[in-house]
Amino acid sequence: MKTAEETLDEILSLAAAHFKVPKEKLHPDEDFFKTLGINSLQTLDLLTKLENHFHVELPDYELQGVSDFRSLAEKVQVRL
Amino acid sequence: MSPSRGSVLSWSVSDGVIELALHREPCNELGSVSLEELERFATAFQLVQAEAHALIIHSELKAGFCAGADLRELYQRSQAIEKAEAARGVRDFLERIHRVLNLIDAAPLTTIAAVHGVTFGGGFELALACDLIIADKMARFCFPELRLGLIPGFGGIPRLKRDLGNAVVRDLLLTGRSLNAAKAQQVGLVSQVVGEGEALRAARAAAAQLGKFDRVTAAAAKKFIKPIPHEELRREIDLFCELFARPTVENGLRKFVESADAQPYLP
Repeated sequence: MKTAEETLDEILSLAAAHFKVPKEKLHPDEDFFKTLGINSLQTLDLLTKLENHFHVELPDYELQGVSDFRSLAEKVQVRL
Repeated sequence: MSPSRGSVLSWSVSDGVIELALHREPCNELGSVSLEELERFATAFQLVQAEAHALIIHSELKAGFCAGADLRELYQRSQAIEKAEAARGVRDFLERIHRVLNLIDAAPLTTIAAVHGVTFGGGFELALACDLIIADKMARFCFPELRLGLIPGFGGIPRLKRDLGNAVVRDLLLTGRSLNAAKAQQVGLVSQVVGEGEALRAARAAAAQLGKFDRVTAAAAKKFIKPIPHEELRREIDLFCELFARPTVENGLRKFVESADAQPYLP
């Protein structure tokens, strides 16, 4: 079982690779919509990437209001 | 069938395979221009379908297959005219798009939706009219209509119910959550999941295989196994129009159109 920190780190790596930004520019508690400059359709891509990588299902409604990587990691962690 | 390049969709035929490509930015939202071009395609399709063995529908846009109905156009049009006239316009739009989708659904050749990315609402319904859905692993499927106070109106529920168990249909319809391609394949919605950017290639390979079979036999097999749920499709139009008359819908559409939310596509 991954630790919460490992999950968070993997999410940062996935986001950095998918949106082609240096991982060091991504911070766990910052608003990823602003940091990545992504719209709703790209957010769905990130959701799909996370589901495919962690082999989990993340219902969209559980992600309403989630805008930082740490909160996102918590949502993933409870489904691992 | 001569190749045709419209403003929002294009089609061509090669080796007995018709390809219909969607290309309206940002994500192939289906509005009045899309409907007109779909109707033009439908007319041409009827003339050529006896000579072809497969139809592939796909999107040329990176964002996805199709994000569904053009809600901005729907809202703006409904605001510009009297409510009764808007209601008549909605029914007319639904009747027309049902005719196109019923034609694709019942076509005497095999139809394949090659999807990627967003396959939501009306886009999902377009895919459901096809015989096979081949999805790239980044595809997502969703019926977000309930957040607007509506149900899917392009035949989605009867067609989904035809293909899947009622529990899955209720989950998708009542929660409005989206499914990824792997889950969609697991529940029986998608026939093949392929790598990113590979859906059209896989659809072409499937179409080439279909070309090896006798067309009359293939058409008979399809007709036998894929009944068109006409009665439920008709009831869906009536229910959609009944719900559209409620203030909830106007409020929901306004909220969507005016939203600065970073996630307006998420239910």
